[in-house]
Amino acid sequence: MNSIFRQIIIIIVVIAAALTVSAGLIWLERRLLALWQDRRGPNRVGPFGLMQVMADMIKIFFKEDWIPPFADRPVFVIAPALLVVTVLMSFAVVPFAPGIVVSDLNVGLLFFLAMTALGVYGIALGGWSSNNKYSLLGAIRATAQMLSYEVFMGLSLMGVVILAGSFNLSKIVEAQKNLWFCIPQFPGLVIFVIAGIAETHRLPFDLPEAESELIAGFHSEYSGMKFGLFFVGEYLSITLISAMIVVFFFGGWLGPVLPPILWFVIKTFVFICGFILLRASLPRPRYDQLMSFAWKILLPLALLNLMVTGGIVLAVG
Amino acid sequence: MLSHLRTIWQILRHSFRRPETIQYPEQKPYLAPRFRGRIILSRDPDGEERCVACYLCAAACPVDCIALQATEDEHGRRYPAFFRINFSRCILCGFCEEACPTLAIQLTPDYEMCEYDRQNLVYEKEDLLISGPGKYPDYNFYRVAGLAIAGKDKGEAENESEPVDTHTLLP
Repeated sequence: MNSIFRQIIIIIVVIAAALTVSAGLIWLERRLLALWQDRRGPNRVGPFGLMQVMADMIKIFFKEDWIPPFADRPVFVIAPALLVVTVLMSFAVVPFAPGIVVSDLNVGLLFFLAMTALGVYGIALGGWSSNNKYSLLGAIRATAQMLSYEVFMGLSLMGVVILAGSFNLSKIVEAQKNLWFCIPQFPGLVIFVIAGIAETHRLPFDLPEAESELIAGFHSEYSGMKFGLFFVGEYLSITLISAMIVVFFFGGWLGPVLPPILWFVIKTFVFICGFILLRASLPRPRYDQLMSFAWKILLPLALLNLMVTGGIVLAVG
Repeated sequence: MLSHLRTIWQILRHSFRRPETIQYPEQKPYLAPRFRGRIILSRDPDGEERCVACYLCAAACPVDCIALQATEDEHGRRYPAFFRINFSRCILCGFCEEACPTLAIQLTPDYEMCEYDRQNLVYEKEDLLISGPGKYPDYNFYRVAGLAIAGKDKGEAENESEPVDTHTLLP
């Protein structure tokens, strides 16, 4: 009974923390972009402009919840929720600290991959149900991009699995006690980060949105809180991918002196800032460049990395 | 690939740069010496209106925001009956100042002229007229012009010789 209660508390805390962090990221991103563009960013509302997020939330809640008359109503409503739910589901397997995990699945890594794969549906259905050519183009791009980057996102993690000998995320973290996997698995790390950016369709791989070509891509027709959900979903997946980079390659909660949960949070924030730095510095590739980069460079690299890792582990162990 | 990494590094170095932002209401921006802001109508050193209602400013205005009506007082001195500038259209280009032959219309360095009501941006003559001579403290159009008005006959202006009587044969 007690353990169920504890589990429920962990679930509530994780959901609350994830949603708060993703909302706070909107502020963080604007401030960091401003920092790197020699501006100041939002600094008017509250201390350091922190209340800007609250102001935006209040505003977006009071916006008219409009559904275009030509849209496919039920699908149009479900799509943004689908995106957020799939991302939040992945948070279930993230080990924040020893014992603080919603569900310590044996196949946590596979569950994470499956849930990010399901995230495509939110975007594809959103673009499709909008009944708008730009939305559809964005959705098609998103689908193709996410499907192709998912392939070697999984493959790049297999090296980690070989080294750790488990799909369980807590076990993977514990296997990094002596050496973080970012050193033996450096190619895997690079590939995973690139694939992660493409999965979250963040800049520079934001082709599904591509405001200079497709207005706003798959969410052109969305407004009010539904648009807000897409937005929150994007920031949630940034948090998720950063957390996953930390878990797979940077030793999760492991670290000296500070309590484990703090180490996890610090490392995750470093990678979130990295995501924003990439946005601030890199231009968007053309669509065919994106696809050929995925299939002609990253996929062979991921396979090679897997083969070499496997070979070495076989030879040594 | 290397150039991408270099770009990222360069952007990261911007973390230590001072932001260019001027936080406006608290911090005023630097204004150039010839900054063109709100338009005024100046007076000559004697306190009379400089404007002679020649319509050149209205003709020069690219957005047609100046409207005026010429009239004359009993001494033949021209002045505008009304002078209206619609600042919601004005682009502060300064063409009116360049066109003005009597240096009456001038642009000032004041740019804080927001209104909640659009109609309040239409300035009438009493809003535009200032009490001083503006940028040209000593200039008085009627003192240098050859025009005869009350208190100054032909030939009495500065740097002007007496009018020649073309009907007499005397040297």
